[in-house]
Amino acid sequence: MQVLYFAWVRERIGLPKEVVDTTAVSVMDLVEELREREERYALAFSDLGALRVALDQELSDFDAPLEGVREVAFFPPMTGG
Amino acid sequence: MRILVQSESFDVGAETAQFAQGHENVGALVTFTGIVRNNDAGTLTEMQIEHYPGMTEKALTTIATEAQTRWKLQDVLVIHRHGDLAPGEMIMMVATAARHRKAAFEAADFLMDYLKSRAPFWKREITSEGAEWVAAKDDDEEALKRW
Repeated sequence: MQVLYFAWVRERIGLPKEVVDTTAVSVMDLVEELREREERYALAFSDLGALRVALDQELSDFDAPLEGVREVAFFPPMTGG
Repeated sequence: MRILVQSESFDVGAETAQFAQGHENVGALVTFTGIVRNNDAGTLTEMQIEHYPGMTEKALTTIATEAQTRWKLQDVLVIHRHGDLAPGEMIMMVATAARHRKAAFEAADFLMDYLKSRAPFWKREITSEGAEWVAAKDDDEEALKRW
């Protein structure tokens, strides 16, 4: 599964994207897996209220299932316009 | 509908003139242009805009399509830049064309509200003191409830 990070999430984790081999059932499961990897992940995912998630380029939420999903992206609330 | 996500600058006048052509029964054309604003201290040297290629275009198309569903619009234009911008540079523009002004104004307002918090762009301000990601405002999320 392709996992992408944007803005300060990308900076904290230290890379824009990576392929993650996971059996996570939901976004939350994936977050837990990533948090346990290394401190930089734990730091990036410390406050989920400050994060948004997109599944296959559609905004979603942390309870959403990952079945069939190819691309997951984590980022802070958007600041366009 | 025309959606452009680009790093290059754009000419509001030329884009507006082009947008105004080729539509029958247009009685109102509304444009909004967003410009890189300096901070109160005047220390902003650069505004960096990151985006999510692929999702950005999809999100903008979804938002513009929603505007066309809610209002009778002849056409919609959205241009949004990414990359490194200087204070005073144009970041983005939206234009709406309709038979009557109310639909054109409201749809442009709607587009801007949604574009601010539903299109995957992130602003980072570079000042003489350092760099900082611009935080989303609660007001921006609140503004969506109007619609």
